[in-house]
Amino acid sequence: MNVGLFIPCYVNQFYPNAAKATFELLQKSGVNVTYPVNQTCCGQPMANSGFEHLSKGCNDIFIENFSSFDYIVGPSASCVLHIKDHLHSDKDEELAANIRTKVYELVEFLTDIVKIEKLNAFFPHRVGLHHSCHGLRGLHLSQMSELNAPPFSKPQYLLNMVKGLEQIKLDRLDECCGFGGMFCVTEEAVSVKMGKDRITDHSKNGAEYITSSDLSCLMHLEGILHRNRSAVKVIHIAEILNGAT
Amino acid sequence: MSQTKTKDHAALAGAFIKDEERVDWHDGALWYIREKRDIAAKQIPEWEQLREAASNIKSNVISNLHEYLLQFEANLIKNGITVHWADSAEEHNEIVYSILKAKEINQMVKSKSMLTEECHLNEYLEERGIEVINSDLGEYIQQIDNEPPSHIVLPCIHKRKEEIGELFHEHLGTEKGLSDPTLLTRVARKHLRNIFLTRRGALTGVNFAVAETGEYVVCTNEGNADMGAHLSEVQIASMGLEKLIPQKKHLGIFLRLLARSATGQPITIYSSHFKKPRKGQEMHLILVDAGRTRQLGRKDFRDSLKCIKCGSCMNTCPVYRKSGGLSYHNTISGPIGAILAPNLDMKRHADLPFASTLCGSCSNVCPVKINIHDQLYKWRQVIVKEGYAANTKALGMKTMAWTFSSPVRITKVGEAGRWFLQNIPFVLNNKFNPWFKQRDMPEGPKESFTEWFIKNENKKP
Repeated sequence: MNVGLFIPCYVNQFYPNAAKATFELLQKSGVNVTYPVNQTCCGQPMANSGFEHLSKGCNDIFIENFSSFDYIVGPSASCVLHIKDHLHSDKDEELAANIRTKVYELVEFLTDIVKIEKLNAFFPHRVGLHHSCHGLRGLHLSQMSELNAPPFSKPQYLLNMVKGLEQIKLDRLDECCGFGGMFCVTEEAVSVKMGKDRITDHSKNGAEYITSSDLSCLMHLEGILHRNRSAVKVIHIAEILNGAT
Repeated sequence: MSQTKTKDHAALAGAFIKDEERVDWHDGALWYIREKRDIAAKQIPEWEQLREAASNIKSNVISNLHEYLLQFEANLIKNGITVHWADSAEEHNEIVYSILKAKEINQMVKSKSMLTEECHLNEYLEERGIEVINSDLGEYIQQIDNEPPSHIVLPCIHKRKEEIGELFHEHLGTEKGLSDPTLLTRVARKHLRNIFLTRRGALTGVNFAVAETGEYVVCTNEGNADMGAHLSEVQIASMGLEKLIPQKKHLGIFLRLLARSATGQPITIYSSHFKKPRKGQEMHLILVDAGRTRQLGRKDFRDSLKCIKCGSCMNTCPVYRKSGGLSYHNTISGPIGAILAPNLDMKRHADLPFASTLCGSCSNVCPVKINIHDQLYKWRQVIVKEGYAANTKALGMKTMAWTFSSPVRITKVGEAGRWFLQNIPFVLNNKFNPWFKQRDMPEGPKESFTEWFIKNENKKP
């Protein structure tokens, strides 16, 4: 099974440890991982701002880098969802459509494709799980609290395999953190207030760490935590699953 | 240069958020209603099928609107109701005025109707010497404060009880400092009782209009629509074209969904059916387009017309809860308002589809399954293409697209970003960077993943 590792641009630059953990986790799970070094960005920042027509260059590069793999896996639900929903090509739409069906977020790849049953990971901390909206309502990594439907959670399933980890309960199970891409700067006041309120939910329920399958949410929450000198830390789920201590 | 333009959502929300204590209870009150809605929805095993059925019925309605409207009109006439058609808000207001004028009525009582808010009917009639009193308590409070409703179901949800007490003191002569909701409600009730008894003209909105029978249903918790209508000589109902349902039996689906979605109640206290005038009474029904057929012609946005105005998308929307309904500067606020408003005036409402994180919770609570967050995304594309995005933003996006479409350029920018973060963070951490106002930037790691990967690969034998 040939897997192309898709590392979103900001993860590559600001959170290389999450990328390394993803790379190592995939290697450990027995798949053949390749990292195409010429990848750039999924195009979401432009598209979500209403400039989808400017994301063609990104689309072409994505297709160039990833069309040869059986699966494409990335540690970011948001970027993966963008590819799944909006990757198109003027040159070869069939190829783009094919890529849209084989791109996976890391957690769902581990649970649905690799069908992982155990992990050699130890993380003796109290952890709050933040569901990114794109992971939750876009990729259906967990059941959505609004629906009258049976509960399930792929990230929780994996976190349950980590020794020593204690998952805290939140008052609001799956509320948005307020990052929202460009929203975080164009609607700064609302974005920060949403982030602060999410953090309060985690901290008052005893979280030492907030984890998620999306680093964009975590980057936003981390920025607020740092500013307020909070002891609560953020960590990408790949780093926990890969055996962080 | 003086700024006369309406402030945009971000600015209005920023002002609302300054009073953090208010934001916290506003958010809490609406979240409580969202939770009540969840409990109510989860008590019905077939909840998701009900949503699906309602969505399908509404698809049928908006796809065959022409036939249903004609059928409805014929049945209304059969029942003795006078039918009027209004192409625009102005035409609607003129019709109401002409009906009242013909009977020399200069005082009217009105139950909740978002459509007449959208048409600015009260102002129109008042300019022509007709006094209008809103009889829904929340709308009444907003009216005496000279402020539009901030929520379609809970018009004054943004007001503290102390502020309402102050308004009542000023307008209804209650004791200063009185803020007990029960006591204030009693005062309003007594005052409104007198209004109901003396008004010869009454106007109501319409929740559901049944094409097969020519009747319409108005849902209230206060019974105020009935009080106004039953005591009036002239009863007027104003409805948007999209409020139709084909058959009476479909009410069994919509009435179950509406109150549960809106407030978590199994059903509204009053679901009043109006079909024909009493002896000596006149009944009029005004069918209003006001942009609805234009929206129907927009392939990506026509489903917004399925809306039954339950307000659940507002209650669940974290942006709405933190920013207040008035920050949307439109009669219908929140996520549904943000997909309806650009159709009415794209330039004025260009900011609204961007007032969302696209979290998608709105689409999940919607009882008629409108894909609200997808439509927000699509409106963004339309607004940019029609040229309503700020020039600075367009330039920034072009630069970003140019950078992101080249591995060399993106690496250079990334390296530069990390270098600044490590060495002189204040270049990025300053007041001109909205991220930094209340958040720190990420720490700049020494090497990117790509750099690590290449080094690592080269080490391998």
